[in-house]
Amino acid sequence: MSEYLIKNGFVFDPTQKINGDVKDVAIQDGKIVDKVAKPKVIDAKGMTVMAGALDIHAHVAGPKVNIGRIFRPEDKLFNETPRKGMMRSEGGFSIPTTYRTGYAYARMGYTTVMEAAMPPLFARHVHEEIRDTPIIDEGAYPVFGNNWFVLEYLKNREIENTAAYIAWLLRVTRGFAVKLVNPGGTEAWGWGLNCLQVTDPVPYFDITPEEIIKGLIEANEYLGLPHSIHLHGNNLGNPGNYTTTLDTLKLAEGYKAKNNFGRDVVMHHTHIQFHSYGGTKWADFESKAKEVADYVNRQKNISIDVGFVTLDETTTMTADGPFEHHLTELNHLKWANADVELETAAGVVPYIYSPDIFVSGVQWAVGLEIALFSKDMMRCHLTTDHPNAGPFTRYPRVLKWLMSQKARDEQIKAFKASDKVVSQSQIAEIDRELTLFEVAQMTRAGPAKVLGLSHMYGGLKPGLDADVAVYDFNPEKEHKPDEIEKAFSHVKFLWKTGTPIITDGEIISHGNKRTLWVNPKVNENPQVMRDIHDKFLKFYTVTEKNYEVTGKHFIPNPFVIEVDATR
Amino acid sequence: MTKTITDVICPFCGTLCDDIEVVVSDDGKKIVEVMNACAIGYEKFHHSQATDRATRPRMQQADGSYKEVSYDEAVEYTAQMFAKSKKTLMYGWSSTNCEAQSVGHEIAEICGSVVDNTATVCHGTTLIAVQDVGIPSCTLGEIKNRADRILFWGCNPAHAHPRHMSRYSIFPRGFFTGKGQHSRKVVVVDPRPTDTSKMADYYFQVEQGRDYELLQAFRAALKHEWLPDVVAGIPKERIYEGADMLKAGRFGIIFFGMGVTQTLSKNHNIDAAIMLTKDLNEYTKFNIMPMRGHYNVTGSGEVLGWQFGFPYAVDISRGFARYNPGDTTSNDLLMRGDVDSVFVIASDPGAHFPWTSVKKISELPSVAVDPHFTPTTEICKLHVPVAFVGIEVGGNAYRMDNVPIDTRKVVDPPEGMLTDEQFLEKVLHRVKELKGVH
Repeated sequence: MSEYLIKNGFVFDPTQKINGDVKDVAIQDGKIVDKVAKPKVIDAKGMTVMAGALDIHAHVAGPKVNIGRIFRPEDKLFNETPRKGMMRSEGGFSIPTTYRTGYAYARMGYTTVMEAAMPPLFARHVHEEIRDTPIIDEGAYPVFGNNWFVLEYLKNREIENTAAYIAWLLRVTRGFAVKLVNPGGTEAWGWGLNCLQVTDPVPYFDITPEEIIKGLIEANEYLGLPHSIHLHGNNLGNPGNYTTTLDTLKLAEGYKAKNNFGRDVVMHHTHIQFHSYGGTKWADFESKAKEVADYVNRQKNISIDVGFVTLDETTTMTADGPFEHHLTELNHLKWANADVELETAAGVVPYIYSPDIFVSGVQWAVGLEIALFSKDMMRCHLTTDHPNAGPFTRYPRVLKWLMSQKARDEQIKAFKASDKVVSQSQIAEIDRELTLFEVAQMTRAGPAKVLGLSHMYGGLKPGLDADVAVYDFNPEKEHKPDEIEKAFSHVKFLWKTGTPIITDGEIISHGNKRTLWVNPKVNENPQVMRDIHDKFLKFYTVTEKNYEVTGKHFIPNPFVIEVDATR
Repeated sequence: MTKTITDVICPFCGTLCDDIEVVVSDDGKKIVEVMNACAIGYEKFHHSQATDRATRPRMQQADGSYKEVSYDEAVEYTAQMFAKSKKTLMYGWSSTNCEAQSVGHEIAEICGSVVDNTATVCHGTTLIAVQDVGIPSCTLGEIKNRADRILFWGCNPAHAHPRHMSRYSIFPRGFFTGKGQHSRKVVVVDPRPTDTSKMADYYFQVEQGRDYELLQAFRAALKHEWLPDVVAGIPKERIYEGADMLKAGRFGIIFFGMGVTQTLSKNHNIDAAIMLTKDLNEYTKFNIMPMRGHYNVTGSGEVLGWQFGFPYAVDISRGFARYNPGDTTSNDLLMRGDVDSVFVIASDPGAHFPWTSVKKISELPSVAVDPHFTPTTEICKLHVPVAFVGIEVGGNAYRMDNVPIDTRKVVDPPEGMLTDEQFLEKVLHRVKELKGVH
C-alpha cells in the first residue's frame, strides 16, 4: 500500500494534546505511523490537519429515513447532480440519497458515522442502505427502550437476562450499541398514549421509564460494550421539559463505566437541545441550556450531543412516535408513522425552522448555549440530530456560529423577533468562541472516546486508522465568519484508512467502507433463548430463522468488535 | 431420502409468508412437496419445476419464430440496445430481489434510462397520496397483536392475498388479541360482495366509483356532522354507526387495494382514506396500509428511494433522477412514443398494460427477462429466461409493510441458467465497456 506524508500543516489532535503545532503526519498501510520511507508528499503548509471526524448520532440509513425520502419529492428540487466519472448521481437536501450522504460527509472531513436508530426488525434495510453509502465507516444502534423482552425482564429486575438478550440482538441485527428512544413512551404509543415523565407507568407492562433506563445502564455495563447507553429521553420538544431531562440525567448518578475500551461515561444523552426548554407554553418558551449544561459539567459519567438547530426546512424523523403525532398536530404538515411489532415505532414530519418564528430562534440559541456553556468538550459533541434539527451538511455553519461571536450576532439581528429571542435566552451575552482544539474534541477525540473507538479513530497517534482531513484554513490568520464555514465545507485532502478519497477537493475514490458491529459473548442462557423462541412463535410475523441479518449482500465488508462478557 | 427445508419465503404476493416448508429430492434438484403455502404460492413453487420451461435465451426472428441463443449473445444484444438508445424504459422489478434492482439502476444511470416498477399501474396512486398527506402505518405484527378494528376497502384478500387474514389480520391470536377473530370487528367496503365481505361484521356495499364520497362521509360522521340521507348508496345511519364503531376500537387498521387506487378519483381516494386514518387518531389508535401486490414491489420502491429519492417512475435520462408521474410513468412514455427501447424484467406488462402500450413495446427493440413464458416474452425481441428468485436463488425482498425478508434458495436452477442479478451484472459490465466508463 502507498505511503503518504502530510507536511507542515497546523495539526490539531486532542488525543496527543497537539494544539496547532506545525507537524508532519505520516500514513502507511492504512495506519498513522511515526515515519515513512518513500512517501508521496502532500504540502499542507498553511492548512489545518485533523483526524477524520465522527458523527455520533445521525439518521442516515433505514426505514424512516427512506420514508422521508419517498414521501418528500420536494426535498430533491433543484439539488440533483448527475453521475460523473465513477461518482454516482446525487439528490436530496435534508434526506439525501445514500450516495450523497457518503460524499457529503467525506467533503466535510467526516469518515465515521453512526446511524442513530435501527428498528431490529428492519435491520436488513438499514444495512442495505449502509452498503450503498460510500466511503464512510458506519455502525447502527438498535433500539431497546420499548422492546417487549426488555420491558418484561426489567420489570423483574433481571439484568443478566436483559444483557443476554442485548447480546443476542446485537449479534443478529449486526448492531453497534444500545439505543433508547422515549423509553416506555413509544410502547405506550401502540395505544396512542405516551410517557412524558420518567415516573409515568407504561400501559400493561407496568414499568416506568426510570426503571428501563437504569436497567439498561446496568445491562450495558454488565456486558462492557464499547459505547454507553445512547438515550433520547422522554418529553422531547415540549416547553418546560428541562426538568424531565434533569430527572433523566440524574438516573446515571452512582454508576461507573466498566469496559475495556477506555470509555468513562455510562449514559450518552443525545440531541439535548430538544430537551433543554423552559416556560409553560409556546408563548413563554425560554432556554434552560445553562441549567442542563451545568449539570452535565458536574457529572463526569455522562456525555451529550447537542442537536443544533440550523434554521432550515428539514424533515424530522424519530422512533419517538407520539412526538411526531404531536408535531403534525402542531404544524399540520404531512405525517408518516411506522409502528414496529414488539420493538418500537417511528414517525416522520417535515418541519421548517424559520428565522421568522420566535420559537425557532430560541431553539437555535439553546443549541449554541449548550455547547458554549459546556466545560468539557470531550463530552459535548457536534450533531444536528440529522435531519431533525437540520441537515448534517450544515455542520460547517454550526462551526461558524460556535467559533465566531460576530457570526452569532449577525444571526440574532436577522431574526424577525430578535428582541424576544434575546430576552428568552442568554445567547447574546456569551462571548466564548470555540478554538480549533475544542472543535477537534467535539468532532473527533470526544465522540471516539465515548463510542469506545479511541483505539481506531479520533486522533493522529501512530497506530490509529489513517483517517486524516486537511482543511484549507490557516488558524493564524484572521477570518471572516463565512470563511470558516467555507473552509470546513470542503476538505482539501481526505484519507480513509490510508486510502486517498479527496485530492485537491475532488472525490477520487469510494474507499473501502466498513460496517462496524459489536459481538458480545455471554454465558449460555436457556431461559432467554426459550423466551426468544416463544415470542417468535406467538407474536412476531417473521420466523426466528428469518430474523438474523446474514450474507455479503447486506454487509460486504464487516468490522466486528468482539466483547467477552462471559462470567 | 428427501429433505425438508423450513422457513422458506414465498415469492408470490406482498404478504411474503416466511413459514413455507419445501420438501426437496435427495439430490436437492427437485421440489417434491410444498407445505403451508396458499394455492397460488403452491403453484409458484411447482411451476419452477415445469419441464417445458425456457432455459436459454430466445431471439425473435423476422418471421416471428424464436431461435435459441447463448447468454453471451443475449448480453450483447441487451447491452447494445441500452448503449444505442437515447432513452430505454426499464420496467418491472417487482418479482426480483433488491440486489438485481440495484444493478439495473446503475445501468439506467449510465445509459440514461427510465426505471419504473409495477406500482405505475397499481399503488402508484397511493405513493402520490403519501407524498401529499403522509401515511400513518405499522408492521403487520402490530395488527396481529393489537388490532380490534380491521377495515378492508376495495381489496379482496381472500383471493389476492389468501394467507393475509390468517397470518396478520382477521384470525390470528396475538399478544393483546388472545381471542383471535372474536376480539375483532371486521369491516369490508366493496361494490361487490366478495369472499372477504362474507367474513365481515359490517359490509358497506358502496356504489361503484363513489369511494371518495363515502370516505369523506366517514370523516364527517366521526365529528357527528350533518350528512345527506344516503351517501354512495349507504344510508347515513349506517355511516354514523360505522364511524362510532371505529372510534370505539383500541387499535384499528385500514387495508386498501386496487378497488380504490385504480378507480375513479385514484390518488384522491387515498388522500381521503389517509386523512380518515389521521382523524381517527384523535379518538384512538389507527393505521392504514396498502395491500401491495407483487412480493417485492415494495422493495423496488425502497431501493429507488434510497438511491434516487423517488419510489417509481424515475427518469434518469439526464444522468440524475427526475420524477413526474403522468410524464415519466411507463404507459405515458410508451403511448407518447417517448422511449426508443424497452427492457422488461420480473413482470408482465404484455398481460396488464393497455393494448396501445403493448403494441409500442412490440414495435421497439425490446428485452424481457422472466423465468416464465408470458405475453410479454412473446412480443419482445429477446426473451432471457432466468432462475426463479426465492426458489432457485435468494435475495432480499420487502413485504407490504416494508419489512425486509431475505428469500431462500431451495433448489438449483437448471444447469447453466443465470439469475437476474448475474445477467444484469454482465450487461452492466458490457455497457460500461461500450460507454467507456469505469
